[in-house]
Amino acid sequence: MQIPYTVEARPDTGLPNPKLGIWLFLASEVMLFGALFSSYILLRVSAPAWPHGYQELNVPLATLNTVVLIASSVTMVMSWAQLKMHNLARARMYLWLTVTLALVFLVVKFFEYGSHFAAGEYPEHSTFLAIYFTLTGLHGLHVLGGVIVNSYLAGPGAAMWRTEPEQYTNRVEVAGLYWHFVDLVWIFLFPALYLL
Amino acid sequence: MDNVASVGKAHAVEAHAHHHEEELSFLRKYVFSVDHKWIGIQYGITSLLFLLFGFSLMMIMRWQLAFPGRPIPLIGPYLGEANAPGGIMLPEFYNQLGAMHGTIMVFMGVVPLAVGAFGNFVVPLQIGAPDMAFPKLNMLSYWAYFVGGVVMLSSFFVPGGAANSGWTSYAPLSVLATQGQTWWLVGMIFLITSSLLGALNFIVTIIQLRAPGLTWMRLPFFVWAQLVTAFLLLLAFPPLEAAGVLQLMDRLAHTSFFLPSGLVVGNKPLEISGGGSPLLWQHLFWFLAHPEVYVLILPAMGIVAEIIANNTRKPLWGYKAMVYSVIFLGFMSFAVWAHHMFFTGMGTVISAFFQTTTMIISIPSVIILSALFLSLYGASIRFTTPMLFALAFLPMFGIGGLTGLPLGLASSDIPLHDTYYVIGHFHYVVAPGTLMALFGGIYFWFPKATGRTMNDLLGKIHFWGSFVCINGVFMPMFIQGLAGVNRRLYDGGMQYAHAKDVLHWNTFMSYSAWGLAFFQIFFIINFFWSMKAGRKVSDNVWSATTLEWAAAPSPPPHGNFLTPPAVFRGPYEYSVPGHEADYLPQNQPTKA
Repeated sequence: MQIPYTVEARPDTGLPNPKLGIWLFLASEVMLFGALFSSYILLRVSAPAWPHGYQELNVPLATLNTVVLIASSVTMVMSWAQLKMHNLARARMYLWLTVTLALVFLVVKFFEYGSHFAAGEYPEHSTFLAIYFTLTGLHGLHVLGGVIVNSYLAGPGAAMWRTEPEQYTNRVEVAGLYWHFVDLVWIFLFPALYLL
Repeated sequence: MDNVASVGKAHAVEAHAHHHEEELSFLRKYVFSVDHKWIGIQYGITSLLFLLFGFSLMMIMRWQLAFPGRPIPLIGPYLGEANAPGGIMLPEFYNQLGAMHGTIMVFMGVVPLAVGAFGNFVVPLQIGAPDMAFPKLNMLSYWAYFVGGVVMLSSFFVPGGAANSGWTSYAPLSVLATQGQTWWLVGMIFLITSSLLGALNFIVTIIQLRAPGLTWMRLPFFVWAQLVTAFLLLLAFPPLEAAGVLQLMDRLAHTSFFLPSGLVVGNKPLEISGGGSPLLWQHLFWFLAHPEVYVLILPAMGIVAEIIANNTRKPLWGYKAMVYSVIFLGFMSFAVWAHHMFFTGMGTVISAFFQTTTMIISIPSVIILSALFLSLYGASIRFTTPMLFALAFLPMFGIGGLTGLPLGLASSDIPLHDTYYVIGHFHYVVAPGTLMALFGGIYFWFPKATGRTMNDLLGKIHFWGSFVCINGVFMPMFIQGLAGVNRRLYDGGMQYAHAKDVLHWNTFMSYSAWGLAFFQIFFIINFFWSMKAGRKVSDNVWSATTLEWAAAPSPPPHGNFLTPPAVFRGPYEYSVPGHEADYLPQNQPTKA
């Protein structure tokens, strides 16, 4: 038994199943982060005093991380483009590059967290720090998820290229959509937490 | 036309591949199955067990309400000294039972049965698909649900017992509650993940895997109901997940998302940073939990629509109006949540907004219910067991819906808020409403799943007994509620003068609840007995038009259809003039 439209697009919807699936998943992710952002706004506007992000947090490091994540989104697209040009070796290289950049992001984040903990700044310290750790922590988990998925696709998952090149290309595209979303969440987090 | 032709080709290719299949091991076939039908049955059996368990918790509570302070017979000695010393229930234990009854019934009973079981089993069959779009993901959603359920049940055995802050887990009470609350949150995260994955799968399946010719306005109403339900689950559950994460942070990392400044507990100020908002929890919670109400009711409406069309032998009255109503209902359900919060001091302007949207959302519900009632007009009704349940759903849901109107208006909500009236209202929607429909659905689709029908006599005893008893449980709640009896009192309100005149109803309600349990025995016997020894029936036992009956064998094999079906007509072409049979299946070609 085979499920129709796992690879090719259904003519009247113009989408293969996984692509529709990932868009729906991202819609639910928008609601998840949307709820957290709304909570952040609500807590901030009702607080008598709220620190500015740039006073409490390390803006240069976060700027570096922003650049790193945007670069990783570019390499992700490059990987997909290389697959479209039937060049698996370069596509895998770009995937590994994406994974590396994601790990750089996490390492930087690790040092950022470390310096807060060293200064005795824990989530329980203030609602600002609480929402900071919650939002960036949840985003960090999403980055970690991306690292796992992309490593799989660049490593053992790439064996699929030999038998099902089109399906493999679709998988990289779907993983890419997720990765761009993770990037986009950071683009919102950065100004909301660090700059305002 | 081009589209339809190429869709047909893809289906033909898939049917060809269908013949090469290896035998699956027991584990792959019955435990970690990826077949939507078996997953549906797994969901069904698990959720029925949870329903029974949640109902049992309530039966213990009803003893306490009817005979406060008297030792619980039979099981009293086994409840443990920490919960019921000498068999007499402690208030703390009553709170645990109340919170867990709500949680289990809603998140582990009714939703998995209505969506997980019926959706999984029926939707792919009704749209002519070989399976769900993502079968492995489907298996994963079942097992996430299972783990969530196990976590919830285990929480009864941690120090301090299970969660005891109500099924709504209002902060700050829940943040300060015993360890069971943490388990509740972890369990909820598993259940939410399960629902999200399932919802995503349903939407992709319905949009992508419809058989050739099955256009949107030819979809059975049940599929429409499931589609809207899936969107509600997909978009409403993440905010609760966010809220759950924040509450976990409050409990484990000692943050103050939901804890305001200056909180004093037991005459001691709490050592917290403060600055949080208890109201935030309520907003996040009800942003999920109001759409959740429609998750509970829409699949039931879908089931009832199928059964009514089939047993009146007529097309549904106003099918299109019903479809547009259900879509509108889905959208509106995201804009009514704060009518649960009129009492929180969020202000009259916001209350006015939410009472207006609440009145608006009642319109599509009334349209659907009216269409179902009007579908009966002029019909020669077959009073089969599933039809009895479907017919009972109509007035029961009607009572549930209409008693909700005074609660939706801010001013009349004031005397009714947090009384038994509220309990009566939503139980009429979910218990005599949804559950009746779900039982009807089980009797209706049982022959499809097993190839045998359930016993009619036992079914009718089950129906009439349940129908009488369930009204005996919930109708007096309106009386108590109008008298002002609060819903959360563990002795039923003995200490309140205004409750004196209506408290005698408690014994009546409790006996009705136990009677209700007695009549479920007929169902349980019928279910298992019919599986083994029920009358064998043809593939289309009800002479129905939709694909699961008209095109698939009973029980359907792996891959569902022997030849991929194509659809040529609407879902309910019953009693079409000029035809010999009184039904035209959807897959019957039009003669040129």
